[in-house]
Amino acid sequence: MIRTAILALASGTLFGAGLAISGMADPTRVRDFLDLFGRWDPTLAFVMAGAILPMAIAWQIQRRRAAPLVSSEFSVPSTTKIDGKLVNGSLLFGVGWGVAGLCPGPAIAGLALRPSAALIFVVAMVVGMAVHRGLNRFVAPSS
Amino acid sequence: MIPDHAMPMQGLIGGLMIGVAAAVMLLALGRIAGVSGLLARTMRISDSGAPWMLAGLFIVGLPLGAFIVSMLAGPVETRFPESSLILIVGGLVVGFGTRLGSGCTSGHGVCGLSRLSKRSIVATLCFMAAGFGTVAAMNAVGLNW
Repeated sequence: MIRTAILALASGTLFGAGLAISGMADPTRVRDFLDLFGRWDPTLAFVMAGAILPMAIAWQIQRRRAAPLVSSEFSVPSTTKIDGKLVNGSLLFGVGWGVAGLCPGPAIAGLALRPSAALIFVVAMVVGMAVHRGLNRFVAPSS
Repeated sequence: MIPDHAMPMQGLIGGLMIGVAAAVMLLALGRIAGVSGLLARTMRISDSGAPWMLAGLFIVGLPLGAFIVSMLAGPVETRFPESSLILIVGGLVVGFGTRLGSGCTSGHGVCGLSRLSKRSIVATLCFMAAGFGTVAAMNAVGLNW
């Protein structure tokens, strides 16, 4: 229990520090990455490359292990279906990402750097999540 | 090829930290470091996923880590949009979209791509394309904050 707590906090802290160091806590830099025909800034591509490398190794290790170090089992996605929800949801997410230059991680990390502006985005994001949940329950009460 | 305003080294180093953080989540705790899913769990608006305490502590760590960097290395550049409307619209759409699409840049982008998950490859192509298109469209109508 205590080890889980420490590791979860440590992982989040390292993740947030990485966001701050990488320039991804700066919405203008992210937006510039998405601005292919303007002041294009490729920094985000380096961040993705740097993040994917250790994770690719981690997945190789994960395949050879029966269980994680401090938990009884791996809880990783097993769905393989590519459906409208995945495509439409990801397209919508991309629109919001382009609108404000923010995705969930940098927005939450931003609470420590630019509290007032980040809080507006984070509250709206949580409301958006709650709206999705509400609609989901309304349309498909069983799921 | 790389413009002067880019930060390839900081990007790579910060990216490695993000990847190691996600690797700790996977190999130690058996979970995906997907920020949108963990935030939904923290706010109790998701029925499945990581235990509440695990999700909540990871989420609390994000601003904590950013704060530590700003203390040790000085101010972190954060050029946010000035307009509250932009922040509200962006936040609403990101929140709804990441739940509908089951992930964001961290879950699909970092954790999924590195696993060569077909769903995450499709998701990442979709949100990248939509991001490029949205910025181009906003620039075209003069909404380039």
